[in-house]
Amino acid sequence: MRRVDGQFLVLAAINVVLLALGAAISGGSFLSVFNLQSMAGQVPEIGLLAIGVMLAMCAGDGGIDLSGIALANLSGVLSAVLVAGLVSSAEQEGLYSALFILGALVIGFLGGLVNGTLITRFRITPILCTLGTQMAFTGLAVIVSGGKAVVVGSPEPLSSIGNEFWFGAPISFILFVAVAALIGVALKVSPFGRWLMLSGSNPKAALYAGFPRSAVVTATYALSGTLSGLSGVIIAARNVNVKWDYGASYLLIAILIAVMAGVRPEGGYGRIVCVVFSAVALQLMSSLLNFGGLSNFVRDFAWGALLLAFLAIARYDLVGFVFSDRRR
Amino acid sequence: MTLFPIEKTGAAERDAGDRLSIGGFVRRHPETVTAAMLVAICVAVAILNPDFLQPSSLIDIVRASVVTGLFALGVFVILAAGGIDVSFTAIAALTMYSITLLTTRYAPGLPMILVLVLAVGGGMLLGMFNGLLVYNFAVPAMIVTIGTQYLFRGILLAFVGTVWIMALPEQMLTFGRAPMVQFANSNGAVVTLPLYVLVLPAAAVLTWWILNRTLMGRAIFAMGGSARVAERLGYNLRTVHLFVFGFAGALAGLAGIIHVCSNRLANPFDLVGTEINVIAAVVLGGARITGGTGTVIGTLLGVLLVTVINNVLVMVGIPSTWQRFVVGTFILLAAAFFVVRQRRT
Repeated sequence: MRRVDGQFLVLAAINVVLLALGAAISGGSFLSVFNLQSMAGQVPEIGLLAIGVMLAMCAGDGGIDLSGIALANLSGVLSAVLVAGLVSSAEQEGLYSALFILGALVIGFLGGLVNGTLITRFRITPILCTLGTQMAFTGLAVIVSGGKAVVVGSPEPLSSIGNEFWFGAPISFILFVAVAALIGVALKVSPFGRWLMLSGSNPKAALYAGFPRSAVVTATYALSGTLSGLSGVIIAARNVNVKWDYGASYLLIAILIAVMAGVRPEGGYGRIVCVVFSAVALQLMSSLLNFGGLSNFVRDFAWGALLLAFLAIARYDLVGFVFSDRRR
Repeated sequence: MTLFPIEKTGAAERDAGDRLSIGGFVRRHPETVTAAMLVAICVAVAILNPDFLQPSSLIDIVRASVVTGLFALGVFVILAAGGIDVSFTAIAALTMYSITLLTTRYAPGLPMILVLVLAVGGGMLLGMFNGLLVYNFAVPAMIVTIGTQYLFRGILLAFVGTVWIMALPEQMLTFGRAPMVQFANSNGAVVTLPLYVLVLPAAAVLTWWILNRTLMGRAIFAMGGSARVAERLGYNLRTVHLFVFGFAGALAGLAGIIHVCSNRLANPFDLVGTEINVIAAVVLGGARITGGTGTVIGTLLGVLLVTVINNVLVMVGIPSTWQRFVVGTFILLAAAFFVVRQRRT
C-alpha cells in the first residue's frame, strides 16, 4: 500500500507543479477559466483509451490493448455511416444523436469482444491479436468511409457533450470522471475486479483457484472496447467530422498515461484514480509545450522520452525510494 | 510423476507417425503453408489478370520486397529471441535522413561503401540502445520500443530536419540505378532489375548462418524458448539483447539507405507506419510471437506474401482501400492457424 500512496502523491504533486509552472510562465492566463475548460475538454477521449489500456495490462499474461484508437475511430466512422443512412443529422437531431451514440457503443463493445474471443478462445498473444485487429479495424473504417472524412455535423444533444458545460466543467469531462469512478468502484468491490487483479498477478494460481479466467479476460477486452466506443462518441462530439486516421499518436499517449499512473505492464496492479491524474498531468504538459510555442514533433519526442523515463522510475522504484526515506 | 513417461511415449509415437504423413511435415515446417498460400494467390491473380506475369510487375514485387525483407529479417531475429520491435522504421528514417544530409552537405564525395557502413553502424547503435533499455527495464519490449519509436522520430523531425532532400549525391544515385539485369519490354519500355536487390539474399544468408551455425544463434533460440532456462544454461542475456536489437537496427539502417537510393529522394516522413506490415510478414512466415521458433526461408516467404497482397489487390479489381483490412485479417488468420497447429502437436 505504501507504493500506491507514493505514486498517487507524486502524480498529485506533478499536477500542482505543472499548474504553478504554467501560471508563472504565462503570467496567470494559464489558469484562466477558458484555458482550464479547454484543457479539461481534451482529456476525456484519450483518458478513456488509457483506462482501456490499463484494464488490458492488469489482466496480465502479456495483456495490452493496441487497438484502442483504431476501434474508437471505427466506432465513430461506422456509426456515422450507418445512422446517416437512416436519419439526417440536421433534421432529426435528437434521434440522430441517440442512434449514433448507441451505434458507437455497440460497435466498440463488439470490437472488444472480438479481441477478447481471439485471445481466450484462439489463444493468440494479446500483442499480436490487438496489432492485427488494430489494422483490421482501421482498414474497416477506411472501407466504409472510402478513406474520406465522414460528416457528423453538430446535432444538438451530441454536440453539447463536446462543447457545453455543467457547473463550469465540460460535460465530456464530467462524463469521463463518472465513468472512471464507476469502473474504479467496480474494480474495488465487484468479484470481476478482484478476479481481474488476482489472475493478473498470478495466472496459474488463478487457474487452480477456479477463477472463470476466460470470461474475465473476454469481459476486460469487451469493456476496453466499449470505452473506445465512448471515446469515439466524444471525438465525434468535439469535431464536426470523424475520420479513420484521427489521433495518430494516441496509442503511445494512452500507454504513456497508464505507465505514468504506475500500472504494472506485467499485470495485476493499477489504480483508476492514478490514471485520471496522470491523464490530466499529461494534458497540462501538452498545453505547456503549446504555450512555449514548440512544434508537434518536439512533443512526440518529449512523450517518447517521458515514457522511457517513467519505465526507469517504475523499474528502480524511485517513487518508493523517495517516500520510504521520508517515512523513516 | 507417472504421467510424464506416458505422455512422452505418446508424443514419440505421434512423431514417428508424423514423419510419414503430410500433416506432420507441415507441422514441422509451417513455412510450407506460407509457400502454398503464396502460390495459390499468385495462380489466382495470374488467372484473373495475366498482366501479373509480365516481367515488369514481377520485378516491381522483387524491388518492393527488398526494404520490407531487410526489416523483416531483423524483426525475425528479435522475435526468435522472444522480443518484439516497432521502432525499426524510426531507426531507418533517422539514420537514412541524417546520413543523406551529412553526405550532401559536408562530404559529397564520400564513397558509397562508407555511406553504407555509416548507415549500418548508426542503425546498430540505435538498436543497441533499444536492447539496453529492454534488458534493464524488464518490461515488455513492445512498450519500450513504442517509446523509442517516438523518441527517434521526434529527434529526426524536431532537431534534424523536415525538408525533403531531392538532390542526392552522385554515388548514391549510381548505387540505386546500377542494373543487374536490363532488357526491353514487349512494348519497348526498358525494365531494370537493380543490383541492390542482391543485398536481401546476402542479408538472409548471413542471418541464417548466425542463427543456425553460431553459438549466438543457439543463445537466441534458447532465450526465445525460455529466458530463465537460457540464463541458467549460462547464456549472457544482456549480450543476447544487445546483439539481436543491434542486428535488427543495423539491418534497418541498411534498409533505410537503400530506400533513399532507390527512390532518389530522402523523405523524413517516410517508412514510419509500415511496421505492422513487416511484423505481419514475419508472423505469416511461421515465426511465433512468443519466441523460440521460425526460419529465415519462412520469413522471406512471408515478405513475398505481404508484398504480393499489397501490390496485386488493385490488379484484380479490389479497391486499394481494402489493403489494410486484408493484411490485418491475414495476421489474425495466420496467428490463429499457427496457434491451433501448435496445440495439436
